[in-house]
Amino acid sequence: MSFINYAAREINVKIVFYGPGLCGKTTNLQYIFEKSSPQQKGKLISLATETDRTLFFDFLPLDLGSVRGFKTRFHLYTVPGQVFYDASRKLILKGVDGVVFVADSQEARMDANEESMHNLGENLRENGFELKNIPYVLQFNKRDLPSAVGVDDMYRLLNFKGEPTFEAVATQGMGVFETLKAVAKQVLYELRRR
Amino acid sequence: MVNSSLVMYEEEFERIKQLLNRLRIDASAKIVFLVDKNGQQIAGAGEVDLVDTTSLASLTAGNVAATDGLAKLIGEKEFSILFHEGRKDNIHISIVGQRLILVVIFDERSSLGLVRLRVRKISGDIERVLGDMEAKAQEVGVEEATSPFAEITDEDIDALFSE
Repeated sequence: MSFINYAAREINVKIVFYGPGLCGKTTNLQYIFEKSSPQQKGKLISLATETDRTLFFDFLPLDLGSVRGFKTRFHLYTVPGQVFYDASRKLILKGVDGVVFVADSQEARMDANEESMHNLGENLRENGFELKNIPYVLQFNKRDLPSAVGVDDMYRLLNFKGEPTFEAVATQGMGVFETLKAVAKQVLYELRRR
Repeated sequence: MVNSSLVMYEEEFERIKQLLNRLRIDASAKIVFLVDKNGQQIAGAGEVDLVDTTSLASLTAGNVAATDGLAKLIGEKEFSILFHEGRKDNIHISIVGQRLILVVIFDERSSLGLVRLRVRKISGDIERVLGDMEAKAQEVGVEEATSPFAEITDEDIDALFSE
């Protein structure tokens, strides 16, 4: 649910990175944080455990510049991926404008990917959204790992509406900004449509 | 989409800023600000430059969302007030009009009782502005007149990512 402030001439939108535990959602945000200029970004907040597992969410505010005289502010959130944090995931999807699903390319994590995507659909529905309508982008992360499943196989398994799909190695930054750009574009198109 | 965007125009923005300013003075608070439940900051008054209000807004919303979850778990509708007491500064958080969160940061120059009283008094006024905002957004929505994004082009969007 975007917030358009005509007085301050700015628009705020919320993008959530979703996916199974350890798929690299936080790593995506960390890379975006590292590579954005100080004027563009706010603080990266991570509510994580001592072992760096996301406990509640990560948050990164990002200014992308102006469109038609309106400052565009993207608020990027991650969810905790571990299965038992479902209550928290539901809360973070509240008022979301766009979703990035980060899938783990390792063969052993395919079931976890599917389970997490199913969970995303359910939690969106509980917040009044439908996965098939919401701006949505898919990322195949960890493409550098030897056990990575072929892209075509992953596409068949996880892509369900022809959504933009990107290969990524978030630790090195490959595919990270491409993914962000694609979801941001969809959100802005959605604003135009409304 | 089921949820509608929150749209704020100049007039309501000014009204809200005035109300927040009044609250800040009446409650002897350091900072007063208003956030929507999704973590978007709406307006603030007082020493807002001294804190990272964007982070404050998102954490406040997270805090309220988690507390809402707790309330539902034990069969409460909501906990409408949250209070965090620090050594020097305290934070008073309350829900306004089911959609907004009013945050008051104060120190020893004020007291919890005074803040609660003043917050309760002003919440109704803020709710009225919120009602006006929603009514106006719906009116304009029907006319489909003023969305700044209605005529956005592919070039506009590409330009955002030109670096």
